[in-house]
Amino acid sequence: MKPGIVLFPGINRERDMAIALERAFGHAPRMVWHTETDLGDLDLLVLPGGFSYGDYLRCGAMAAQAPVMGAVRAHVARGGYVLGVCNGFQILTEAALLPGALLRNAGLRFISADCHLRVERTDTAFTAHWQPGAVFRAPMAHGDGNYFADAATLDRLEGENLVAFRYATAGGEVTAAANRNGSARAIAGILSPNLRVLGLMPHPEDLVDRLLGGEDGAPLFTALAAA
Amino acid sequence: MKAVVTVMLKDGVLDPQGKAIGQALAGLGFAGVGEVRAGKVIELELAETDPSRAQAAAEAMARRLLANTVIESFRVAVETA
Repeated sequence: MKPGIVLFPGINRERDMAIALERAFGHAPRMVWHTETDLGDLDLLVLPGGFSYGDYLRCGAMAAQAPVMGAVRAHVARGGYVLGVCNGFQILTEAALLPGALLRNAGLRFISADCHLRVERTDTAFTAHWQPGAVFRAPMAHGDGNYFADAATLDRLEGENLVAFRYATAGGEVTAAANRNGSARAIAGILSPNLRVLGLMPHPEDLVDRLLGGEDGAPLFTALAAA
Repeated sequence: MKAVVTVMLKDGVLDPQGKAIGQALAGLGFAGVGEVRAGKVIELELAETDPSRAQAAAEAMARRLLANTVIESFRVAVETA
């Protein structure tokens, strides 16, 4: 699988993402600039975190209209893999490649802290290297991570088993206190119906090395490399 | 011709910014303020001179980019003066 990272002006987490991908895939990802329209033979597109276009208008709204997004849409339509983290998740929702939206955190504050994510299904290319019911630690760093969708959309996501991760305690319990940004039904990450597009707010790519505090996020990338 | 697009969070979508403004107003001693909602106003200078076509164009822009209709509603006012 050949990974690429899609870069928009204002994105600032692409280097962490490149390190995580290179460790798992054994080769460096291709960097794709927001003006490019030919993605070549990339199998996995990663939209990393940051503040694309300064979060102007709404987080991800400008990036969703960038020239490269036509190629991203075509890649998704072909059944290609896409991973969106933090601002990348916001961009995917603004582009309507995933449902819902990310609102201002319920407490209004930017949250920079570790959280725990419960893995809701392990039969996907993104989550296959976790055990069923696994809980892992991931840093979160966002001001707008409060997942919102209308009740019918939330019911459909749950009914079709498309919730990938939920905010939980270290023991795997979903509680109001563990859901610090106030996300609907404690949703931290969701999948597309074909299970090829994943968006999540926290940053697994920031925990892929013991020297940086742990390897809790590494299974996401090793699973993708093996898919 | 100017079109003014007002974008607000839909009813039922939590507006923590509006809540915080309301609490700040109460803290300043302004009594009798009910719910506060915060939104944004976008002014568009349009080359179009026909009001109904300007209205339709601004609405199309709002649906496509200015508002995220998953969470926001919008209204367009065309200023003919």
